[in-house]
Amino acid sequence: MLPEVGYGALLVAFLVAVYGILSSLMAVWRNSATWLRSALSAMRLTWPLITVSLACLLILLVRGDFQVSYVYNTTSLSMPLYLKLTALWGGQAGSLLFWGWLMAGFASLAALRNWERDRELLPWVIVVTLVTLAFFVGMVLFSADSNPFVRFWQNRSGQPLAPAMFRSADMLPLVPWDGRGLSPLLRHPGMIIHPPMLYLGFVSFVIPYAFAMAALITGRNDARWIRITRRWTLVAWLFLSIGLVLGMRWAYDVLGWGGYWGWDPVEVAALNPWLSGTAFLHSVMIQEKRGLFKRWNVFLITMTYGLVIYGTFLTRSGVFSSVHAFAQSDLGPAFFVFIAVMAIASLGLIFYRWEALRSEGQLTALFSRETVFLLNNLVFMSILAVCFWGINYPLLSELVTGQKVTMGPPFYESTVGPLLALLLLLMGIAPLTAWGRSTWKTLGRSVWRPALLAFLLVVALLLGGVRQPGALLGFGLAALVGFVTVYEYGRAAWMRHRTQGESALLALWQLAGRNRRRYGGYLIHLGVVLMSLGVIGIEFFQSETQGLLRPGESLEVSGYRLTYQSLAQFDAPDGRNVTRAVVGVEKNGRFLGEVYPRRDYYYESQQPMTIPGLRSTMEDDVYVILVSWQPITEDGATFKVYHNPLVNWLWVGALVFLLGSLVAIWPESGNVVKSA
Amino acid sequence: MKKWLWVALIVWGVLLGQAEVAAAQEPTPSDDEVNAVARQLYCPVCENVPLDVCPTEACKDWREQIREKLAAGWSEEEIKAYFAAQYGDRTLAQPPRRGFNWLAYLIPLALMLLGVGVVVRILWTARRSQSQAALPMVEEERLAEIESALRRQGE
Repeated sequence: MLPEVGYGALLVAFLVAVYGILSSLMAVWRNSATWLRSALSAMRLTWPLITVSLACLLILLVRGDFQVSYVYNTTSLSMPLYLKLTALWGGQAGSLLFWGWLMAGFASLAALRNWERDRELLPWVIVVTLVTLAFFVGMVLFSADSNPFVRFWQNRSGQPLAPAMFRSADMLPLVPWDGRGLSPLLRHPGMIIHPPMLYLGFVSFVIPYAFAMAALITGRNDARWIRITRRWTLVAWLFLSIGLVLGMRWAYDVLGWGGYWGWDPVEVAALNPWLSGTAFLHSVMIQEKRGLFKRWNVFLITMTYGLVIYGTFLTRSGVFSSVHAFAQSDLGPAFFVFIAVMAIASLGLIFYRWEALRSEGQLTALFSRETVFLLNNLVFMSILAVCFWGINYPLLSELVTGQKVTMGPPFYESTVGPLLALLLLLMGIAPLTAWGRSTWKTLGRSVWRPALLAFLLVVALLLGGVRQPGALLGFGLAALVGFVTVYEYGRAAWMRHRTQGESALLALWQLAGRNRRRYGGYLIHLGVVLMSLGVIGIEFFQSETQGLLRPGESLEVSGYRLTYQSLAQFDAPDGRNVTRAVVGVEKNGRFLGEVYPRRDYYYESQQPMTIPGLRSTMEDDVYVILVSWQPITEDGATFKVYHNPLVNWLWVGALVFLLGSLVAIWPESGNVVKSA
Repeated sequence: MKKWLWVALIVWGVLLGQAEVAAAQEPTPSDDEVNAVARQLYCPVCENVPLDVCPTEACKDWREQIREKLAAGWSEEEIKAYFAAQYGDRTLAQPPRRGFNWLAYLIPLALMLLGVGVVVRILWTARRSQSQAALPMVEEERLAEIESALRRQGE
């Protein structure tokens, strides 16, 4: 019963979306407010309908209804409740349904805003949003691979039949007694919130994109669409950022290779829209302030949204394992057509409005906030060029030459590293430049103190024994950005303190309230500085060693002494066999504690998981992996130990980053919250 | 006494000889030496997993292969070339710079140069119009102050 209800509700949602598109077009054609109201209602209705469908799937997952193929493939009896719930995005079909549900949520939210002043944009926002929604829901409905409600059947003589949605006369239900369980890789707290955050970031970009397209279609080519969607874009970008960071944390905790970012194509596919989105967030400011680069901004939001869809396509259609998976999955071609149509339509519109999108003015100086932002965009686009090509070239190579290739860290790091350094430099200069025209003299006046401090820090590091030029440069630039940001913030607060007699703390608080976007941005920059410490730490100072130890023997790495104490093997109640070692950590002869690296073997999925033993401080992490062991004899076990300096700053920086984004998103104080 | 001296000499000689034999034998390369090479290679079966951290049995065997080659005196480059020849270019951390693979490196470079070209052109136009005096922009803070003052008056 539940599968039929879930499928039925989804089908109705699809029809409602299609109806919404058509009535919206009718509203434009007939210039009719009635049709438009009807379309708006349709858009509001999609979310409740998909919610019903999603609820059905959740109930099936929790009840353990293993006749449903999706439930069988992602859950098992032994799984705790929270994992059964998160199995919703543990597989292809559930993910797509979940994605559609989130998108419908955003569509409904957008439908609820006050449209009084932007009425002419509304029909087109509805059309663009609902077309995307209908596409995703349609895939869940009409592709056998992506329908989460498909069930197992057998014929009367007990032979299993192909899974199907509906029962015909000679079919009997086939109910397995237990499921296969969620992939062990996904059984981590980070994995529980990582996908929803990433998806939220992905789908919420549909709103600024829809507004941009609506602006192009209606010919309202001013910065209105940017002002309306400013907060939407920030929210989308924030979710995407959180999703990426959680993914990094998950990789660090679960994948057991000592790092957080391996330039895996799936990671890079999620990074790409973040890169163009970040460029967009900066370059829209130029259009708002100066009316410049209108074409570029529309293009950037189109590209960001295109990269979202393309990234979903790449990760969902299985092309990364093999290009040929593309044709096998029925998702591939559908996605491909959708992306092509979207790209052609968007670019066509930009071209159609090319003349109207001419800049209102011109750059008035070679050196100004605008030009620094322009360079910022150039650097982001360069990184994107490397990252985009990095995930696409292997596909091309396999297609053309039949040869599979790997684009590993060396490919990315040799170019992205210097570009990130350049980005830090721009980040240090930008807050000190003025819109319109800036002079080197004024820059020099405000930059010399922070620059001197940064320089002194580099000298101190040099004297302290840091020799790698890259690391020194990285630390120096990070320090420059940090000092400039603090200096700028402090100076403004000091001015308020002096002129308005506010206490220093109140002045800081008031400042953040006055111009949330600017000071939120500064906080984000500080977050990036802290994160860069973690990146520099692991890129330049990570060390590792590996060895076979008998109980009582030790390994040494970077002043730490790790002593293998004991090993135990036992079954955990959730269906895994755990091999857990106890390793003592000492530094300079002082005992610091124990870590417990382990190997979990999941019986159901027959997959092993390597979970590191971690001792983490702000200074460094000691990361111990149990590589292999001799089960019966006391011959010993092989351990791999990583010393990861400063890596914790990455997570601290991410929190500051998050805080800054929230400050920037929060409505301006003293401003009546306009719905948008 | 003399006999003992002889025995001692012979024993010493034997020990010396053994020590020489031991020295001629390559010591088994350590895990760290193996990993230093394995890190630069990719598992031929799993997707995008470096060989030094791949937990599968197959990869364990491959690491042992690296150990044997190192023990036999192979260089890092030779081992990498061997793996590429044996299991395909995908075992290398990045495509070798030859033939079709040049596209992997040239396309991003071309895109970047295109970007630089566009930005230079924009700046070039800006430089020409620079002579026209630009109006100084109002500071953001000042603008916010004025806006909020106006709002207060409006209330």
